[in-house]
Amino acid sequence: MKRKGTQAFVETLKQEGVDILFGYPGGYAVDLFDALYGQKDIEVILPRHEQGLIHEADGYARSTGKVGVCLVTSGPGATNLVTGIATANYDSIPLVCFTGQVSKNLIGNDAFQEVDIVGITRSICKYAITVRERKDLVRIIKEAFYIAKSGKPGPVLVDIPKDIQLALFEDDFDKPVSIRGYKPNTSVHMGQLKKAMDMLDKAKRPVFLAGGGVNIAGAGEEFTNLVNIARIPVVTTIMGKGAIPTDNPYYVGNVGMHGSYASNMAISECDLLFSIGTRFNDRITGKISEFAPNAAIIHIDIEASSISRNIKVDVPIVADAKLAIQTMLERVKDCFHEEWNSQIDKWKLEHTIRPQNAIGLTPDKIIKEISARYQDGIIVTDVGQHQMWTTQYLEMNGRTKLLTSGGLGTMGFGLPAAIGAKLGNPDKQVVCISGDGGMQMNIQEMATAVTCELPITFCIFNNSYLGMVRQFQQLFFNKRYSSTCLRCRKSCEKNCFDPNKECPPYSPDFIQLANSYQAKGIRVFKQEDIKKAFELAASNKEGPTIIEFMLEESELVLPMVPGGNALNEMILDC
Amino acid sequence: MKKRWMSLYVENEVGVLARVSGLFSGKSYNLHSLTVGETQDPTISRMTICVDSDDATFEQIKKQLNQFVEVIKVVDLTNVLIHMKEILYLKILTANEKEKTQVYRISDVFGAKIVDIGRSSILIECIQTEARNNELVQLAAKEFTNIEVVRGGSVAIESISISDR
Repeated sequence: MKRKGTQAFVETLKQEGVDILFGYPGGYAVDLFDALYGQKDIEVILPRHEQGLIHEADGYARSTGKVGVCLVTSGPGATNLVTGIATANYDSIPLVCFTGQVSKNLIGNDAFQEVDIVGITRSICKYAITVRERKDLVRIIKEAFYIAKSGKPGPVLVDIPKDIQLALFEDDFDKPVSIRGYKPNTSVHMGQLKKAMDMLDKAKRPVFLAGGGVNIAGAGEEFTNLVNIARIPVVTTIMGKGAIPTDNPYYVGNVGMHGSYASNMAISECDLLFSIGTRFNDRITGKISEFAPNAAIIHIDIEASSISRNIKVDVPIVADAKLAIQTMLERVKDCFHEEWNSQIDKWKLEHTIRPQNAIGLTPDKIIKEISARYQDGIIVTDVGQHQMWTTQYLEMNGRTKLLTSGGLGTMGFGLPAAIGAKLGNPDKQVVCISGDGGMQMNIQEMATAVTCELPITFCIFNNSYLGMVRQFQQLFFNKRYSSTCLRCRKSCEKNCFDPNKECPPYSPDFIQLANSYQAKGIRVFKQEDIKKAFELAASNKEGPTIIEFMLEESELVLPMVPGGNALNEMILDC
Repeated sequence: MKKRWMSLYVENEVGVLARVSGLFSGKSYNLHSLTVGETQDPTISRMTICVDSDDATFEQIKKQLNQFVEVIKVVDLTNVLIHMKEILYLKILTANEKEKTQVYRISDVFGAKIVDIGRSSILIECIQTEARNNELVQLAAKEFTNIEVVRGGSVAIESISISDR
């Protein structure tokens, strides 16, 4: 049977098990949307902006482990995806993004809404391709899903010209995917792994470093078992947080720029660093030449190019984290070292992470409440101070999921990602933590949350500043708050160094804004009202609730390793 | 920093060259030369790439290239026996009879061919190693006033294996 390209598109999506598609129509995607009309198996979500759309697909993918699917039109529809594609690429999130394109005979003519989206996204996605012949359409879509979810997952872009969408062809839907240049690794090098395990046995001061790869592989449970047997201290990256319950006795904390004192000291003093699924980003390593200076380093990663790129590694092992950990479980021994573990406990006690202001409404108290309420839920953050506080204070039990833009650090990620997470997990509680800056970057998606009737709790940590940059300015730029005050107006005094309480009111009023979106809005000034606010939000089952927490701008994220410093050179107090 | 060579088998598709060359510009790798042409299989192209890099960077480049979906195989040619040549065309635009004779002598020495000739100009085709072609260009620039040069970049292939000798 001959089918139009649009029908083959829908058929292939069904075969791939797509149940939700995030789509925004337009001139060169309208035929595809027509083919989706009335489809029972695929729910089409209509966001309010393509950037929101792709973060929603991203949140869906992160929280379900399935591929997030986007469909947008050519030109501006496609370019609005760019930030979201880069975000997914950095955090290894499987997405397939379909973009409409002008007809093949118009490509290159600067036609209306024509852009070379494959060229634009080439360096920020795992694979990008324009379908040039109708006969290749089904094969390319199937390959796109396979590439997106296998190996190190990532975003794939498929650009479909209008004439391909309309052309007829008799498709073969059953042909299995086989790509000669793409064969993801599916085994573990036993020799290397044995060598690594021997080193683990001999080490006196070993440390496990778990990155996002452990979470992506779904290896949290196996990893926790491994740690419980080996009894070795564990530090995590931001993306690796939650790989092991935070109350596990061997869990030390996060490492890196805003890691805990004990974690950073553990890295600096260990004699063996056993790392799994991390790419040793600069936020993790600090000054490279002084990173883990006394340690032999073992590195397991699914991607060969992540190994020995930033940090020179002694034992490289290319493997999927879950497979590697399962293999390790077969031969792991107790590696407990009394002296080393108690040294780490001592560091933990010496400097616990705590807010500078002990009284009043502080981030740690809000996050503590969230930890207690959402143990089986999904916590989503935006990017900035609130994100770092969340990674510092959030308690996770192994079932809790944390979604955050760790690699690209995309402001505006949180709100839409929470929507995607809720759509993918209707039975789970979803809470989003944003700053007042990032909240406004995709605020239009409140309408999506309302129209999809999603009971999500959106917390805004409002300190009326772009707080993370403000913190840099306070610490390293002599308190010159250049372009970071969000209450600043034209009529304000220039070069305002010491903002006082007579500042103009904050715009927008988030409570009125919530009301205008027909969502619920709660403003919290006092510590005593935190609990009540969350209770009220929980009672709103019909739609989203915004809780705006009015915070002091002076609260900083500490400890902090200033850029270029070694990990053990932290600012601990201010 | 050292000059290193590799051979790349890639899908013969639109955009693959952009993807490969984009890696070098995007990650600030130092690309020295890149040639590409179809193989006996029209769906596969073969590239010969020369980079200036240290050991660690070269390893990284190979890994990065290997992980592209469109790249079928990466072969490191740095430490293997290879045959490698570059094509060079050198045109001398204002040559008198005496100079033309000199051009014949030079091309004899370099193993080059005279492939075209006019009243006052003469065209040399030289298929030699890159280093040898460099010498020819230097010499011509010194001896003649008005020259035009085009070079193809090197192509390389592994020598016949020892077991087959």
